[in-house]
Amino acid sequence: MDLFNVVIQTLDSTIRLSVPLLLACLAGLYSERSGIFDIGLEGKMLAGAFASAAAASVLNSAWLGLSVGILVSVALALVHGFASITHRGNQIVSGVAINFVAAGSTVILGQAWFQQGGRTPALTPPERFDAITFPGADAVAGVPVVGPIYAQLISGHSLLVYVAFLAVPFTWWVLFRTRFGLRLRAVGENPAAVDTAGISVAWLRYRAVICTGILTGIAGAYLAMVQNAGFVKDMTAGKGYIALAALIFAKWKPVNAMFACLLFGFLDALSIRLQGTPLPIIGRVPAQFMQALPYVLTVILLAGFIGKAIPPKAGGVPYVKER
Amino acid sequence: MSTPYAKLPAWADYGLIPLLNLAVAFVVAGLVVLLVGENPFRAAVILVEGAFGRGQGIAYTLFYATTFIFSGLSVAVAIHCGLFNIGGEGQGYIAGLGIAIVCLAFDHVLPWYLLFPIAIVAAALFGALWALIPAWLQARRGSHIVITTIMFNFIAASLMVYMLVDVIKPVGAMAPQTRNFAAGGQLPKLNWLIELFGFSHIRSAPFNVSFLLALVMAWLVWLLIWRTRLGYEIRTYGFSPKAARYAGISETRIIVVTMMISGALAGMMALNPTMGDQHNVALDFVSGAGFVGIAVALMGRSHPVGIVLAAILFGLLYQGGAELSFEMPNISRDMIVIIQGLVILFAGALEHMFRPSIQTLFASINPKSVGMAEAGKEA
Repeated sequence: MDLFNVVIQTLDSTIRLSVPLLLACLAGLYSERSGIFDIGLEGKMLAGAFASAAAASVLNSAWLGLSVGILVSVALALVHGFASITHRGNQIVSGVAINFVAAGSTVILGQAWFQQGGRTPALTPPERFDAITFPGADAVAGVPVVGPIYAQLISGHSLLVYVAFLAVPFTWWVLFRTRFGLRLRAVGENPAAVDTAGISVAWLRYRAVICTGILTGIAGAYLAMVQNAGFVKDMTAGKGYIALAALIFAKWKPVNAMFACLLFGFLDALSIRLQGTPLPIIGRVPAQFMQALPYVLTVILLAGFIGKAIPPKAGGVPYVKER
Repeated sequence: MSTPYAKLPAWADYGLIPLLNLAVAFVVAGLVVLLVGENPFRAAVILVEGAFGRGQGIAYTLFYATTFIFSGLSVAVAIHCGLFNIGGEGQGYIAGLGIAIVCLAFDHVLPWYLLFPIAIVAAALFGALWALIPAWLQARRGSHIVITTIMFNFIAASLMVYMLVDVIKPVGAMAPQTRNFAAGGQLPKLNWLIELFGFSHIRSAPFNVSFLLALVMAWLVWLLIWRTRLGYEIRTYGFSPKAARYAGISETRIIVVTMMISGALAGMMALNPTMGDQHNVALDFVSGAGFVGIAVALMGRSHPVGIVLAAILFGLLYQGGAELSFEMPNISRDMIVIIQGLVILFAGALEHMFRPSIQTLFASINPKSVGMAEAGKEA
C-alpha cells in the first residue's frame, strides 16, 4: 500500500472519529455560550446512543431511532436545565449526576429489555444510516489524487456525518447572525443586561440547553447507528469529555471547534494506525501516549501557554434576579 | 420576599432537607427498579439484608465504606475551599503507583506495621502530587479546576495502563498488574472486630485496618477544618475569595495546599483495595470509587460525621447490590451507579428544591423559626 492511500485512509477515519466529538462539542457550545456549564455531554450522548439503538431495533427504523435518541437526550438536558436554571443548583454537580444516571440506566435498562448483557440487538441496514455515495464518485475513483479524495474522503459517509459538518456553519450563522444567537451570547456574558432588556434569561437558557440536547442526541445516534451497529455498554468512553476539551481548545467558537475536533479525531486515528509500528527517529510511541495527548494539549492550553481560553463570563453562575 | 433562602432551624437544615432529598433520590431509583420489572420494596429488603444480615455482609459493607470515606473526605476538603475536585479517581489511581513501588521494594523485608506507614505516605504523596498541577494551574493561571482534574483523570488512566502493561508487569505474566505482594504488603483483616459483636465466623471478607485509618483521617479532617488556622483560612476562602484576599490570605497557597490535602486523601483510598484486598495493583482497581466520593461528600454535607455515615450507606449499596444481582438478575451493580447519580442530583444540584416549600411550611407553623417575624415588622 503506498503512502498516499495510507494518508487517505487515515484522514477518512479522522473524519469518522471526529464526528461524535464535533456534534458533542457544538452541543456544549450552545449551552456554555448561554452561561450553563455542561459536564454532562458524556451522559447525554450515552443516553442518546442507547435510546436510538433501542428504538431503532424495536421500531425497525433508523429515523425513529434518531428521533427517540434526540428526545431522551433533550429530556436529560432539561433535567440539567431544571437543576441549574430553575433551581440555581451547581451546574457541575448536576452534569456529573446526569453522567452517572445515564451510565447506570443504559446498562440496567438494556439488560432488562434485551437480555444481552447491556447491549442492544445488532442493527441491520434499515435500522442504520447507510453511506451516501455522491454522484460520480465511482466514476472518478480511478482518477489519481482527486479520485480517491472525492470518492473516499468527501463521498461515502453516512448522512449524520454531513449533518455534523453542516452544523458548523449553521451554528456560526445562528450564533453570530441571528437575534437568538446575539441574545444567547449576551446571556452568557451578562444575563442582567439581557434581563433588563425584558428578555427572559431562564427561557433563553432553556432553549440553549434544548439545542445541546438535540446535538448530543444526534452524536449518540451516530455512535450507536453509524459507527457501531448497536449500543454497547459505556460506548462513549470519554468522548463527551474530549468534546469538552475541544470546546475549550476552540475557545467556544464553532469553526475552531471543528478544527479542534478534527485534530483530536486525527490523534485518535493516528494512534489506531500506529499501534505497534515504530516511527522514524522517535521509535515506538506507546498508544497510551497518543490517547492522553488531547487531554495533555487541553491542559497546556488551559494553562495559557498556547493562547488564552476565556470562557463566557457568566458561565457556571446561576442568574438571580435583583430583588 | 427579599431573601430567597431564609434561615431554617439547624435540625431542618442538616437533617430534614438532606433526608428529604435522599428520599426522593431513592423513590426515583425505585421507579427505575419498577421499570425493569422488579418489586422495589423487595429489592430494598434484599439490599439491606445482604449488607447487614450476616457478619460477612457487614464486613464487606465496611470494606467498601473505607474507600468511600477517603474519597468523600477528599471531595469535602476541596468543597470547603470552594473547589470541586472531580479528580479523586485519577489521584487515587496514581497513588496505586506509589503503593506499588513501596510494596514491591519492601514487602519481603518489612513487616506490615512498618510498611503500612510508608505506603500511606507514598499513596498520599502520589495523590497530592497528581493534584498539584491542576491546583497550581487554577491558582496561578486561572484554568478551571474541574476541567483540569477531569483531564488528569484521563491522563492518569493512560499513564497507569502504560506503567502496568509496559513497565511494572512481571515478565511473562498475562494480567496487567503487579506481582502479588508478600506478607509485608498485606494488611491484617479486622473481621474479628465484627465477630466480637456476636456474629458468626466470617470466612473471607477484605475488611482491614485501613478502615481505622479512614476513621482517623475523618477525625483529622474535622480537626483541620474547624480547629486550625489553616482550616479557618480554607473555609474563609471557600466562603468568599474576596474576603480571604482582603484578609491577606495567599490565594495560591490556600488553593495549592487544600488541593494537595484533597489529593492526599484521595490517594489514601488506594490502600484499601490494593494492600487490603487484592494484594496487588491492577488495572482499574479504583473502579469509580473516586466518583462515589462526590456523592458521599454531598450527602454528608462535607462534614466528616456525615461523610462516614454516607460512606457506610454507599458501602451498603455496593454490598447489598452485589447480593441483589444474584436474586434479581435484571438488577446489576450498575443500579448503584444510578442511585449514585440520583443522590448527586437531588442532594447536590437540586438541594434547594424543597427549601422554599419547607420554609413556607415552617413559617405557617411558627414565623419566628425562620426569622420572618423581623421581616414582618419592617414591612
